[in-house]
Amino acid sequence: MRTIFFLLQKEFLQIFRNRSMLPIIFLVPVVQLLVLAFAANYEIKNLSIDVVDQDGGAWSRQLRDKLTASGYFSLYKQPASTEAAFEDLESGGADLVLVIPRHFERDLVRHNEVKVQLLVNAINGSKAGLAAGYAGNIIGDFNRRVRLEWLALDEDDAPSHFDVSYRYWYNPDMNYKFFMVPGILVVLVTMIGAFLSGMNIVKEKEIGTIEQLNVTPIKKIHFITGKLLPFWIIALFELAFGLTVGKLVFDLPMVGNIGWVFLFAAAYLLVMLGLGLLISTITETQQQSMFITWFFLIIFILMSGLFTPIESMPVWAQKITLFNPVAYFVKVIRMVMLKGSGWGDISYYLGVMLLFAVALNGIAVWNYRKTV
Amino acid sequence: MKQFFVFVRKECYHIFRDKRTLLILFGMPLVLIVLFGFAITNEIHHVQIAVLDQSRDSYSQRLVQKMTASRYFTVNRYLSGEKDIEPAFRQGDVKMVMVIPNRFAHDFFHEKKAAIQLLTDASDPNTATTLINYANSMIMQYQQELTGELKLPLTISGEVQMVYNPSLKGVFLFVPGVMTLILMLVSAMMTSITITREKELGTMEILLVSPLKPVMIIAGKVIPYIVLSFLIALIILAMGAWVFAMPVKGSLLLLLLECILFGLTALSLGILISSVTNSQQTAMMISLMGLMLPTILLSGFVFPLESMPKALQVVANAIPAKWFNIILKDVMLKGMGLRQVWMPTLILCGMTVFFLAVSIRKFKIRLS
Amino acid sequence: MNNNAIVTKDLTKRFGDFTATNAITFEVGQGEIFGFLGANGAGKTTAMRMLCGLLKPSSGEAKVAGYDIYTQTEQIKKRIGYMSQKFSLYEDLTVKENIRFYGGIYGLSNRQIKEKTRQLLARLQLEKEAGHLVSSLPLGWKQKLSFSIAVLHDPSIVFLDEPTGGVDPITRRQFWDLIYESADKGVTIFVTTHYMDEAEYCNRISIMVDGKIKALDTPSGLKKQYNAGSMNDVFLQLARAKS
Repeated sequence: MRTIFFLLQKEFLQIFRNRSMLPIIFLVPVVQLLVLAFAANYEIKNLSIDVVDQDGGAWSRQLRDKLTASGYFSLYKQPASTEAAFEDLESGGADLVLVIPRHFERDLVRHNEVKVQLLVNAINGSKAGLAAGYAGNIIGDFNRRVRLEWLALDEDDAPSHFDVSYRYWYNPDMNYKFFMVPGILVVLVTMIGAFLSGMNIVKEKEIGTIEQLNVTPIKKIHFITGKLLPFWIIALFELAFGLTVGKLVFDLPMVGNIGWVFLFAAAYLLVMLGLGLLISTITETQQQSMFITWFFLIIFILMSGLFTPIESMPVWAQKITLFNPVAYFVKVIRMVMLKGSGWGDISYYLGVMLLFAVALNGIAVWNYRKTV
Repeated sequence: MKQFFVFVRKECYHIFRDKRTLLILFGMPLVLIVLFGFAITNEIHHVQIAVLDQSRDSYSQRLVQKMTASRYFTVNRYLSGEKDIEPAFRQGDVKMVMVIPNRFAHDFFHEKKAAIQLLTDASDPNTATTLINYANSMIMQYQQELTGELKLPLTISGEVQMVYNPSLKGVFLFVPGVMTLILMLVSAMMTSITITREKELGTMEILLVSPLKPVMIIAGKVIPYIVLSFLIALIILAMGAWVFAMPVKGSLLLLLLECILFGLTALSLGILISSVTNSQQTAMMISLMGLMLPTILLSGFVFPLESMPKALQVVANAIPAKWFNIILKDVMLKGMGLRQVWMPTLILCGMTVFFLAVSIRKFKIRLS
Repeated sequence: MNNNAIVTKDLTKRFGDFTATNAITFEVGQGEIFGFLGANGAGKTTAMRMLCGLLKPSSGEAKVAGYDIYTQTEQIKKRIGYMSQKFSLYEDLTVKENIRFYGGIYGLSNRQIKEKTRQLLARLQLEKEAGHLVSSLPLGWKQKLSFSIAVLHDPSIVFLDEPTGGVDPITRRQFWDLIYESADKGVTIFVTTHYMDEAEYCNRISIMVDGKIKALDTPSGLKKQYNAGSMNDVFLQLARAKS
């Protein structure tokens, strides 16, 4: 045990003496948290829309106003022709175009049915899908009102229909930051866990001190513990720090017991540290270790449901995420903070995490041969 | 000139001997594109829902069947009462709860109006909205089935046309993004690291006392990386075209030239970084924090620029990747020519010249 | 025989087809300064790494401090000190912190560490630099510090792998004074070197060529045997004989 104490003392001295480490631990996370929270904003509001009104009647004006009053769309231009609107689409000025055809009002009354056209710039597919969805809803609402007004249709006279009502739970204001910030915290903790720990071990290899340690009676397990424990502590500290910043700056909701977040993070970090350790056993230089870690992390993070929901992956990819530790932590931290999930809800995920930790660290330790 | 080629060859040896790094350099774009292309779609798949069916008549059961028959939803569980809703959400897998009230069929046929309640877990607001859109349209279809041909009078229907990317493929957004990222990684990060490595190992001094001019040394070091990054860009384009049928609507020549231009911009950034740092680790950190992160965050690659606060949008203008991304999307997907993309092109040229000028100044200060 | 610090018999290490150390057999007595010479690539470092428990031998036997190098490496590690040709103290720790760290992992008590630190700093006249980062010390001082730390836990054998590379002659002389001091206390010194003048300081030396021990005797014995005026000549004769 005393050996570990000396190893820890040495690691902390080295970490805090390294001038580039302090900003990495304290400054970069805050900047990252702030920038990412504002940048990673998929809140689709104020989409710019072109309305080509070839009818020019009262109803088409009402439809236009209803769209722009919704908060989702802001009117960009009202070009005279579809061609002109296309140019706006092309230049990126407009995200979508609503084309109201000539004789809109007349055809609606005469044929009981009329089509309006929505052209959506779909290069960003998810944005386009939401934009079309919003616009469709607004047009549907408008349609209902027109019916009521024009036909003075009583509810009782209408054919049988479903009355669907919606409730948005846990985030009624649809604040996207509440959703993103906990996820970003996961990224921060992950970076510290996997990147720094791996590089730290490889550094000893690179400067040759590892050989000196290998001839000492230090046990494998002590050495590894001494190497990983500091980053475990720093990462947990980082989490507390990030949560505080999140609370102060974004007024992040903390519905559940924050203790569960820390408990889960503690287990999750064991997995990430194991990953760092494993990578350090197969690399010789810090550069290599950084590249490889980066490669894995970017896949883990992109497939974690952090930025794009897991629900939008094909089933085979959803299955793969069952092996992605980042996905579990992202899910759990959001569950606890936004929905107030407790022990009964997270215990299964915690078990999975511990299983990962044992497996990864097992492989890493087995791979890490003291006799080089 | 011969000495120069000897030098270039030495640099190539360095690159090709480090198999692991090379594997990652070529493997990363492939994996990223495959992931983005296949794994990240804009449809929902098998979202787990819970059903609270208080009516339990054949009509409510048919509605649930209809929901699950689509690939969009699977029923995770049936709830027995309202008190079960909250725990279902809290457990984490259930994203939506459909509540069908008592006397569902009776209400529909006799009262002409049956209520359905959709509760969503809006901790992810966008997914919640999407789920409701999907569920709503399926409920409407079911309604149509029940009422038969009977159509509501005065129907305004929206006909949606997805322009530039009719099938909503995510890969269209990501191919340009990955390309930007990789070019930045190879050209800027690798060069800055390789130059500082020579400084660190002391081999730079040996090179500097050789009869080669310093400009030649730097050129010799970066040329292999230009070639490498160009190769990778070609691979990404080819993958995009063949595997994902991503079109190159504009001129291919223009596209390739723009790739080289951006490669040069990234390179000049790499040289700039190496001129202000002395250790590999610092170079790595600066490249990672100063180049890679902004490239990912603020280039419009992953996150739409327009939903960012104004301040970030302004900052994004200083990021070369943003302009390159615009060029790529315009040329590949919209089929624009130089006439339309001259502005971002000019900006990239300007940035390259600026970075080179600054780094030459820095080098001179160092030498004198 | 039991008093010998190191005993090897047909110790061999192969890397694939390449035999780095080919059936070497020798003994080193307790308290002896044993020089291990050879050209670059002759297999010295490989042999030394096997004895330190850093490499598993392919075949043969060896005992260090009475312990088997296959099965009792942990016992061996407690009783040896090691100083590699690559400087291996932590540059970003101070002199004192390095001493404390290595003392700690060898299980010295806090009192022992304090006492040893005081003695060591006094002996090397480094009291003033105790709080300085090791990276700020000149190379020669670093090497002396390295050695002193390698013997901090009073090992019975110290392995030195080209300890004086790149060091000026005066510092080398001081370095050897440190070695003699330890040897006088009964510590066995196992040292590899390129400097033939250093070879003369050893009690006995062995010369390795192509993985085999070609000669093993006292310096004067070797000179007599090869009819040479200096160790340099002995070395050149053996090394040339190979080609």
